Amino acid sequence: MAKENTELKSQKPAAPKKRFFNVEKKFGYTMHEIWRNKMSYGLVAPFFIAFIIFSLIPLVASTALSFFYYNILQDPKWVGFDNYQYLFVDDALFLKAFSNTLYYAVIVGPTSYLMQYFFAWFINQTPKKLKPLYVLCFYAPALAGGVMLSVVWLVIFANDSQGYLNSILLNMGLISEPVQWLITVDYIMPIIIIVSLWSSLGTGFLSFVAGFSGVDTELYDAAAVDGVTSRFQKLIYVDIPQTMPQMLFAAILQITGAFSVGGICSAIAGHPSPEDAALTIMLHLGDYSGQRFEVGYASAIAVVLTVMILGCGRLAFKAFGDKG
Amino acid sequence: MAQVDLDYLKRAKKRRDVSGKAIAIVLGIFGLISLLPLIYCFSTAFKPLDELFLYPPRFFAMKPTLKNFSDLMAVTANTTVPFSRYLFNTVIITVGYLFAMILVSTMACYPLSKHNFPGKNIMFKTITTAMMFVAAATAVPSYLIINALHLPNTYFVYIIPGLANTTGVFLLKQFLDQVPNEIFEAGKIDGATEWQLYTKIAIPLMRNAQATIIILSFGGIWGESGTAATYIYDEQLRTLGWFMGTIGGGLARAGASAAASLIMILPTIIMFVVQQSKVMDTMAHSGIK
Repeated sequence: MAKENTELKSQKPAAPKKRFFNVEKKFGYTMHEIWRNKMSYGLVAPFFIAFIIFSLIPLVASTALSFFYYNILQDPKWVGFDNYQYLFVDDALFLKAFSNTLYYAVIVGPTSYLMQYFFAWFINQTPKKLKPLYVLCFYAPALAGGVMLSVVWLVIFANDSQGYLNSILLNMGLISEPVQWLITVDYIMPIIIIVSLWSSLGTGFLSFVAGFSGVDTELYDAAAVDGVTSRFQKLIYVDIPQTMPQMLFAAILQITGAFSVGGICSAIAGHPSPEDAALTIMLHLGDYSGQRFEVGYASAIAVVLTVMILGCGRLAFKAFGDKG
Repeated sequence: MAQVDLDYLKRAKKRRDVSGKAIAIVLGIFGLISLLPLIYCFSTAFKPLDELFLYPPRFFAMKPTLKNFSDLMAVTANTTVPFSRYLFNTVIITVGYLFAMILVSTMACYPLSKHNFPGKNIMFKTITTAMMFVAAATAVPSYLIINALHLPNTYFVYIIPGLANTTGVFLLKQFLDQVPNEIFEAGKIDGATEWQLYTKIAIPLMRNAQATIIILSFGGIWGESGTAATYIYDEQLRTLGWFMGTIGGGLARAGASAAASLIMILPTIIMFVVQQSKVMDTMAHSGIK
């Protein structure tokens, strides 16, 4: 751009090219720049129009609505920070949902992230021919995901003796009567976490696999010259620095997924769950927007959730050394 | 001297092989564990009624049968909408969405990666931030907008609101960043127009990345049920995913439900297997750095 600027100036005294816009005025110059880059803007336009209409405006509208009482039927009524005050001070259920979500995110987030990274790394150590098979084995649960819940996991953890886990434990004599897995408060969250971890090797995992196989083999040779011999050393000195971009990408997906957990909880423990042991922020939000039509309050919950995710995302950007 | 070096290398190679094999075996075990629920789902889909309620439960079907699938078809026998209609809708929506989304994403990623224009950086920063937006959290404003645009009760409601796939554009852009600019400069010197650079160089180079985006998005759109439940009032326009959800789960309907699950996940997995081999293969040989 700066180059273009000097070019324009040097052209001026000679024979100024005939242009549709008067480039010597600020508005004209801007318009001229837009026209000059018309192909760039034209190509990004469909994406950004869809993005603005279906992502950005809803988010901005949610932020605005969080300061109103709004039930869709009547006009919004300004209430200031009342929604937020109620959220953090009076709504005991929100605090329950908040702590459940945090509990889930703190355990599943890092565990699943490390699983993705190391399974991908291990897969990269295996012969080339086996790689696709391993990738399929680990990625298939993420593909199947929610569909499998009712057919497999609810049968495994069924509360009666028909359940696989109960029947195995009964046969082994470890328990004398069936354990009520899905309605016992202490077991609900751990079961949700196990099932989540099982199906959590998703996009981030694929990104890691691709990242590792994209590492230039010459780098390993160069490292070997510098005395790097073991797999572990290669991981530290070559693989980790080389896969930083994938680490950031996977971290963002991981953070977003962990904090917005909801569907899997209601599928496993029902909604409402026993003593709200599986209530998460997303489910709480859904109650207010979809059931009670208290859109203003639901929007306040959405804003809190978004701020949490963006805040953690910011940390990830810092941690993985991106300029952004 | 040379002898010693050779010996050392041999031993090192042998050692590497041992740990490599150990990794392969351990991974195989973990992979099998990870697949078990899927295999169970697969075998349950073919179990006859008496085996579904066998106690203690069996993992594999002893007398495999297709009855669960015919039961599944029978569910729609009494309704106005046949099973084939749901399947047709889902195929149309999946193809339409993937085509439109890939088109829009491929268009957007090229200037973001290879052009220099005012606002480019803020656009890309917006995309990376937007990957952290949770669409479900802003469902009500989205609902009002989609209604205002008269999208409900058309195929478009499945396609248009999801067009802006931020993760897709991000991945495509990152992929294109790795393609050296010299290729495009060479094209320019040979007299190619900007449009030709885009269609003749950039798009063919992005095939792998496009395949990857299709893999990532396929499951979501093939199993689509939320939009069908919220925005479609005409049962004729609803999807397979929505219909499968109405069958119900748990022990009582385990057979039909497992058959339904299989129909939902099998295309996704086949899609992945087909595209994965392509992606892996081309990635190994493309050598673009």
